[in-house]
This record gives sequence, C-alpha cells and structure tokens, in this order.
Amino acid sequence: MNIRPYGDTSNDGKVQLSFTLPVKAGAKGIECAKEFARQMGMIDPNVVHCEPMGEVFSMYVVYGRTPFLVDPDRIAVSELETPALSMEEVERLIEEKLGRDVVFVGASTGTDAHTVGIDAIMNMKGYAGHYGLERYRHVKTCNMGSQVSNEAFVKKARELKADVLLVSQTVTQKDVHLANMVELVELLEAEKMRDDVILIAGGARITHELAKELGYDAGFGPKKYAEDVATYAVLELIRRKDRG
Amino acid sequence: MRTYDKLNLDRKKIAECRAYAKRIGETTQTFIDAHTTVAVERTVLRLCGVDGIDRFDVPIPNLMVDDVNRHGDLSRGVSVYLASALKAIGLDLDAFVSAFADGKATLCGHPLLGNDEARRILKPYLDRKFARIDENRATRDAYVRRFGKRDCEIYLIVATGNIYEDVVQAQAAAEAGADIIAVIRSTGQSLLDFVPYGATTEGFGGTFATQENFRIMRKALDETSEKVGRYIKLVNYASGLCMPEIAAMGALERLDVMLNDSMYGIIFRDINMRRTLVDQHFSRSLNAYAGIVINTGEDNYLTTSDAVDKAHTVLASQFINERFAIQAGLPPEQTGLGHAFEIDPAIGNGFLYEIAQAEMAREIFPDCPLKYMPPTKHSTGNIFQTHAMDTLFNTATTMTGQSIHLLGMMTEAIHTPFLADRHLAVENAKMVQTTMGAIYDELRFAPDGIVVKRAHQVLEEARAMLEKIAGTSLFDALERGDFADIRRSRDGGKGLEGVVAKHPDYMNAAFERLREGRR
Repeated sequence: MNIRPYGDTSNDGKVQLSFTLPVKAGAKGIECAKEFARQMGMIDPNVVHCEPMGEVFSMYVVYGRTPFLVDPDRIAVSELETPALSMEEVERLIEEKLGRDVVFVGASTGTDAHTVGIDAIMNMKGYAGHYGLERYRHVKTCNMGSQVSNEAFVKKARELKADVLLVSQTVTQKDVHLANMVELVELLEAEKMRDDVILIAGGARITHELAKELGYDAGFGPKKYAEDVATYAVLELIRRKDRG
Repeated sequence: MRTYDKLNLDRKKIAECRAYAKRIGETTQTFIDAHTTVAVERTVLRLCGVDGIDRFDVPIPNLMVDDVNRHGDLSRGVSVYLASALKAIGLDLDAFVSAFADGKATLCGHPLLGNDEARRILKPYLDRKFARIDENRATRDAYVRRFGKRDCEIYLIVATGNIYEDVVQAQAAAEAGADIIAVIRSTGQSLLDFVPYGATTEGFGGTFATQENFRIMRKALDETSEKVGRYIKLVNYASGLCMPEIAAMGALERLDVMLNDSMYGIIFRDINMRRTLVDQHFSRSLNAYAGIVINTGEDNYLTTSDAVDKAHTVLASQFINERFAIQAGLPPEQTGLGHAFEIDPAIGNGFLYEIAQAEMAREIFPDCPLKYMPPTKHSTGNIFQTHAMDTLFNTATTMTGQSIHLLGMMTEAIHTPFLADRHLAVENAKMVQTTMGAIYDELRFAPDGIVVKRAHQVLEEARAMLEKIAGTSLFDALERGDFADIRRSRDGGKGLEGVVAKHPDYMNAAFERLREGRR
C-alpha cells in the first residue's frame, strides 16, 4: 500500500519545511521561498512565516503537500536482527556459554573530540537509564576517551586481548570520519587482528548499513544502548565459538 | 549585578572550602614556580616579537626553543639566549628573526650574557609588544564605556573552518543579538604543540586559532560593534598544548574572553598534568594583564559524569579554579567560572536542582561573571524537544542572574548550527529575558524547600571533596579520577617532555615584565 505523510487526514501529504535564504525578508523573499518549495515538488506551498535575520538573510517556514508516494513493502532496510537482552540476561549468557570475561575496548577515534557517545555505552552510569558496559559482570572495559589514534587504539586492543572494539564517531563534518573508520579496518587487517575482534561502530549518524559497508561487523545509531551492543557482541562471540 | 542571600548557605563552610582550595593551590604553585615549559618559552619569544614560519611552515618560536633544547640549556629560559644572540650578532630582533628563519643565524653558540644585561637588551622589544597590549586594553575599556555592558551577555559559537565564512556568520550572530562570539577551534588543535600561522580556510569542526585569524575576526567585529552599538566580544581557547601562546596572541589582537581552565586539558585532552598546571599559570597571568576574562570548563564534567550525583565536583573545581586565578593575579571580574545545565529532563524536579546549583554559584562567587552552558547531553535529534529544553535553560539563567549565557542550539547533536538555528536561539533567550526580566530580584525560595536543601547538600559534598584533596594533593586527586571520573597519571599524557625544571639562574623577561606591569 502506498503512503504519504499524514498531516491531519489520511494521505493528505502535508509536510513542513524551514530554511534560510540569502535575501532580505519581504515579499520578494516570500516568493523565492514559495518557488523553492514548488521546485522541491510541494503542491500549494504556504509560507506561514518569514523571519528577518539581519539585512542579508531571512528564514522561512513553509507548509505544503507532497505528491509523492512510498510503498513501505518495497523499502528494504538493513537492521540488526539481534534482540536486546537485559543486562542480567547478557551476564548470564556470558557465564553459561563463554565462561570467561569479555573484553571491550572503546574510543572516539581520529580527530573526534566528543566522548558523549562512547561514554553513553561504556561508562558505569550509561545513558537514559540504561547502564553502561562497565557495570556488567564478566565484562572488562577500557574506554580510551577521545582523539585516540587508530594506532594507539589497535595497540591497546592487542595489549588487553580485546574481544570487541567499539569505535565512536560524533563529529562528521566533511566526512572526515569515514576515511578514519576505513583506516582502522585496514590497520587491523595489516596487523592480522581483524578476524580476532568484533568491530563495532557507533554514533549519532552511524547506521548498521553504513558500518557494514565500511567493513565493520555492526553499527549502532541513535536510540541504541549498552544492552543492544552487549547482546549483539556476546551472541556473536558465542556464534564464533560454536563455529570453532 | 546585585546578589542576595536566598539559600541561607553556611558562610563558615564556604570559607572552609576557600581555605582548602588555598592549600591545594599553594602546594601546586610550589611545583609550578620551579618549572617552565616549551610553550611558556615560546610565549616569551612571541612577546618579544618573534613570529613567522620557515619554508616548511614551522613557526619560528618552535624552531628557536628546539634550538635551545638541543644546543643549549632550556632550564635557563630562552630569554637569555635570545638576548645573547642579538648582542653577539649585532642585529635588531626583526633582522635576527629573518636571518634565523633562513638558517643564517643561530640562537645558541654565543657567549651567554648575565641576566641583567639580557633584561636590558630585551626591554625595548618587550616594551613594544606590551605597549600594544596596553593599548588594546584601553581600546576595549573605551568601547565598554561608550556602549555599556549587559548584565547577562549572550554568547554564540561559530565554527565553519574558514575564517572568512566565520566572519559572515559571526556578524549575522551579532546582529541577531549576540554579545560574545566564540570561534571554535579545529578539532585536534589542542593537541598540536605549535600554533598554525596565517589566515586559514580549512578546519574540521572549527577554525584554527591563528594570530591572523584573530586579527581578521576582531576587525570584523569592531565594524559590527559600531553598527549595532554594542561592543561585540571575541572568544578563543587558551587551552591545550599552546595555552600561553594563544593567550599572548589573544592579548596582542584584543580578544576579550579566553577559555582557560586549570585542569580541562588534563582531564579531557589527556595532556600531562605538570605541563598544563605550569602553562595555565603563565597564560592566566597574561590574561590578567591584558584584561581578558577567562572562562573555566566545569561544564565538561557533567557531559561525562552524572549531573545530579557529581554536581559537587563542579563546585569544588570552581573553588580550585578561583584559587589558581587569584594566584595568577586575575581579579574576580575577570574570573568567569563555568557550569552547565545538564540534568536529565526526565528526572523529577531536575529543574529545581539546576536552579539550586546556579543560584549557589551566584551567591558563592558574587563578583565573578559566571558562564552558564546549555544542555547538550540530553539533546537528541528531536529539535523541537531540544528547543523546549533550551527555553528551560534560558529560564534558569534569568532566574539566577547568570552573567555569560552560552545559548543552546536546537540542532545540538546533529550538525554545526545553521544560521537560522542561532537566530532562533537568540530569539528564545531574548523572549525569556524580556518576559521574566525582574524575576531574579523577585524570586525567593522556601527555607526548607528542595532548592535550599539541595544547595546545602552540594556545598557540603564539595567541602568534603576539597578537604580530601587538600589532605593529599591535586596531583593525587587527578590520579584518583576525582573529576569527571577520569583518571590521569602524573607521568602520563601528552606534553610531559616539554616540562623543564628551572635552573637557579632561570630568567623569564616576559614574565618579569608582566609582574612589573601589574604593580
């Protein structure tokens, strides 16, 4: 079945849009905004607000209808199928199936100075009520913080005999993170360590699909917590162990 | 700004905190006074007028300090080497710098002068640069006299990577209502052990701090100041491995505010603690001289640790930062202590805890321009929710009389702000300032209520923490992970190799000049 955005009636196709134009606010700016909306495919664009921003810029809020349709059945997504177990379930699984500690090494690598993502997953406190990996029994963690070079990261992974590597990327300006993430994969391969670790990427703009494309085992984006990462990693370790 | 006694805080306890902070500061100062660093020495050179790069883009101050490190004895300080070279070669400073850059002159290998003669030789050069700093200070004072100053200044960040694009955004932000503009630095600059040179148009997540970029932005903001009838202040970051050098550049180019925390680099950038503690003292002394307001970085603790459980670490750190500021000669009006609104909005009465913390800081540091940072940790991609949270933050700011108000962006956690994001943020802040303009003077708290109790609890926890640190040392506290739950070893981190114990005959002509100037 085809769908459109839902404003207040089924399939009315109503969307909202806001943007800034490098023109002075006024009648001409409003017409420019409308024309942009039309070129974007909006039907009957309605500029509900024109905000002057200094002498050379203005911001617009536009409502309108979109003629486009999407069939959800034909949209494919690559999402991790792993169910998220609770912290206690993960702990039990490690105890029963692995019988040893699982070592996670994480860092915000490259030039990225943000630790909010890796902290949310690894630190004791976790995020939004989801405890971090540090709190898990049978889990050993090392959170290296931010701006960690790939070389230092791999060295630490080797030193601690890491099972799982967590790479966090928050700032993604000019796609600098992509090259850096690929470089890590290449480095692990050169060091013959790639098959010995589960390599996971995370961050606000990371998807599982993107991570796979870059040569990672999995990727976790927004609304994923420590238990999602832990469940995936532990089940994967068990799978690899069973496979021998 | 008037302050009140709304929380009935225990004055004795506050005095106790200050006494512990004093003990911590003085113990650390003994170490600081006995050491110099490569960054401090490079700063001395800059303040004498050494600038520029060689044909491989290496800054001359770096080359000169490396030269002394290799062929001389840096524990004597670079001042005496520079003076000796000038005298032996018989060139004036500018001519010597270009000869040195071309490899035609060396800093070492000349007969070393006595300290007195070295002071005498460097004096005219230092006088020249310090005259410029004095003039900048006078210009700023004149602007502020002419245009006045708001009790609560709106602080916005620009960060495009390209200084010329930054100018467009900074001017737009100032016209929208910003009083203070920060040009965020390129990611990773704090770990560079040199300062890049010239105007730059490429950066990641920010723009390189260079002296030329400072000059370009200051000039643009002066134009905007005239246009909008407000003096627009400029901020950069005297932090990282080049802390004092950036402070010198800021003093020379009339920056008005510098992020300049005594511990931030140690905790969040893994810079060696000895290095940072020595560097922060010289950089703060410079900021004090230049009339630059420093901002401290306590807000960062709460992006890593929990804002409810670890609120006292913010207060304890504010006492320590205040102490180091005093030791560097910074008056309270130039000591912008930091904190943040980072409590999870899902926590019951979280807003009341925020009010308690902000009001407490206001009352304990009544003469400091407190810098209040917006929510970031609990900002998701839901821009509508984030905008609502920013309104709460703006409300807390106005309710507690904060001084420097860094605005939250609805697109926090998504991208560097769009032009419109900043505009909407200013609009939000102004709306709150207008609609509850007098609330700070009107507001009182229930004597046994949540806000008062919370403030008392946090003060007591901070007191206990400071007592513990004073019982050992700041070095031990940093090794224990007392701040932001991050442990740093005194021999670890970046930049330790640049720390040098001073020779008994060590001489720093620029620092002496600072001291004289202060008297």
